[in-house]
Amino acid sequence: MANAANAPRQKVVISTRVDKVSTGARLTSSFRATIAVIVALIMLIPVAWMAMTAFKTRPDAVAVPPKVFFEPSFEGFVSLLTSRRQLTNDEIAVYQQRTDLGWADQIALIRGQAITGPSAFPRQLLNSLIISGVSTVFSVGFGVLSAYAFSRFPVPGKDDLLFFILSQRMLPPVVVTIPIFLMYRQVGLHDTHIGMVLLYTAFNLSFSVWLLKGFIDEIPREYEEAAMVDGYTRLQAFRKIVLPQATTGIAATTVFSLIFSWNEYAFALMLTSDAARTAPPSIPLVLGTGGIEWAAIAAGSLAFLIPVVIITFLLRRHLLRGVTFGAIRKG
Amino acid sequence: MANIELRGVEKKFGDVFAVKPLDLTIKDGEFIVLLGPSGCGKTTTLRMISGLEAVTDGQILLDGRDVTWLHPSERDIAFVFQFFALYSHMSARDNIAFPLQAAGMARDEVKQRVGQVAALLRIEHILDRKPGALSGGDQQRVALARALVRRPAAFLMDEPLGALDAEFRETMRAEIKKLHLAQHATTVYVTHDQIEAMAMGDRIVIMSAAVVQQVGTPTEVYHNPANLFVARFIGSPGMNLVKAKVEAGGVRLPGGSLAPVSDRWRHALEGSGLKDGSVVLGFRPEAVQVRDGGALRAAVYADDLHGGYTMLHLELADGEIIHGRAARDALNALGSAVRFDLDPDMMRFFNPETEMAIPS
Ligand SMILES: Nc1ncnc2c1ncn2[C@@H]1O[C@H](COP(=O)(O)OP(=O)(O)O)[C@@H](O)[C@H]1O
Ligand SMILES: [Mg+2]
Repeated sequence: MANAANAPRQKVVISTRVDKVSTGARLTSSFRATIAVIVALIMLIPVAWMAMTAFKTRPDAVAVPPKVFFEPSFEGFVSLLTSRRQLTNDEIAVYQQRTDLGWADQIALIRGQAITGPSAFPRQLLNSLIISGVSTVFSVGFGVLSAYAFSRFPVPGKDDLLFFILSQRMLPPVVVTIPIFLMYRQVGLHDTHIGMVLLYTAFNLSFSVWLLKGFIDEIPREYEEAAMVDGYTRLQAFRKIVLPQATTGIAATTVFSLIFSWNEYAFALMLTSDAARTAPPSIPLVLGTGGIEWAAIAAGSLAFLIPVVIITFLLRRHLLRGVTFGAIRKG
Repeated sequence: MANIELRGVEKKFGDVFAVKPLDLTIKDGEFIVLLGPSGCGKTTTLRMISGLEAVTDGQILLDGRDVTWLHPSERDIAFVFQFFALYSHMSARDNIAFPLQAAGMARDEVKQRVGQVAALLRIEHILDRKPGALSGGDQQRVALARALVRRPAAFLMDEPLGALDAEFRETMRAEIKKLHLAQHATTVYVTHDQIEAMAMGDRIVIMSAAVVQQVGTPTEVYHNPANLFVARFIGSPGMNLVKAKVEAGGVRLPGGSLAPVSDRWRHALEGSGLKDGSVVLGFRPEAVQVRDGGALRAAVYADDLHGGYTMLHLELADGEIIHGRAARDALNALGSAVRFDLDPDMMRFFNPETEMAIPS
């Protein structure tokens, strides 16, 4: 009975070998896949709804019952990206005769408005990009260095220090916004890029040190030791061996840090007003004359979502790939 | 190639000694095996030689040059780790080339050297694979290649065969020995397997509880163990150790039989200051000569056929079991009484209080 000898001794529930999976297990796995797809659809509905709203006209956006099929319009994006002025009836008549209007002007004109210039939103998005980008680079960079030190060297009072670092994260941001606001006004960091980068870096660092320490602890010391006996300094060994081995952890930490500083609302609302104002506190403020501009808000949210999606998509391979420590076998 | 000298090298972790002060000179081209049970300080010793662990005290000299406080990268020593420590994000080829790139060697020469060492270890066909895709034996070969490619002053190997399957271990053992003979590189090899140590070492350093017990050739440590620990640890089974009393005609074993000793031993025993004549008699299984009319008696407890010979387990009068080699075709019913003699040249004596061997 060669076949029986080759067959799995127990029912294999999860296996990549199709020939060894029982029919029941195969049914279970397609059932699971179905559930996963349904859950994913449910989770994506609000996002899809937001994307649709961004392309609706004002009446379509607030229509009851909600419209699933509609004629797409860039009205929301025009309201988001421009500042406009309400025209009088006479002016509207004049404008309608003009032939030099761009497509955006025409969209504005439908609502009896004339574009007077760009809105603050593009600059706020840029501020968001700068502040979250730079603070992420700093918190991951410093995080990986201190995580390495905590992981490899006998730092005096290591456990207390690590707990202290973690405890920074226990304070809800709202509790410290007022004191920080007062301090920042004193030292001139209020409404500056540097101030926000500093704050987000400090806030993310506790988290990134802990997360990265976990990943670096997993990298066997022998790796660097082998490199050091092979003629490399510790710093070279760190760069050539530890960093590549920690890619997964670095990718995960980057995404988390980025999402935090990108989405952060409370600090941004209190500590920025104009020059360094980021997108999150501004999006809900895109109010038009006489009513909430749902399409513009949705368009802002969509524009806001895209960078995070791109970064996460680029790093997905590192995020999903399990941590593989090839040739070290623990005895 | 180089000689290595350890002068009073010691390592403490907190208040505990991992290695007590150790003196050892390793000659150029010698294959030294550090042997001892787990936790006795072998790895720590190796790491101190490589510079990965700082000494608490003492000096390490490489070819007369004091390297005690040099960074590992400045010592020109290669280390083969217990679990290989191959870089999983690099191909086997890049792993092997890695030490050469540290020295900033030209690309062509790196390629040539990697090719040479790959041919030596017969791993040319796997050079483009990542370590994770290699079998244990091939990972071991890549790790050895990474050490060999630099032509370092000395090799340190920490239980390099420990992670391999038993059948493969013998093959690799022979390969390492062959490589050593071909390269004649100073090698310090750590193992807890005494058979491996006996097979490979020019000299064996036997350690236990952070202390060096004996340094000697395989023959020396086998036939002239310095103390009871070495006597028990070397050989399988270890040396037979029987409590005895020194008397006029020889030594009296439990149960009353008297084993005659040579004149030379009698003088040595008399002059060794034993407390009321108590001594430990040691002899290897091959010293046992079973024959009718032998001076000593025992009962056959069990016998194992080993193909080439039979290992007899003999029970002495006080219940102690000793092991003796007998001819392949010797037939002994279990429980039957046998008589045997001991080869007088193969008897050794130990002081039961100090546990040290008594010099003859
Ligand atoms: N980094 C360390 N910190 C504390 N104790 C250690 C450390 N490394 C080794 N030791 C201790 O030193 C002793 C010797 O260890 P080791 O040299 O690894 O033994 P071996 O290699 O012979 O098994 C052991 O008792 C071990 O617990
Ligand atoms: Mg060890």
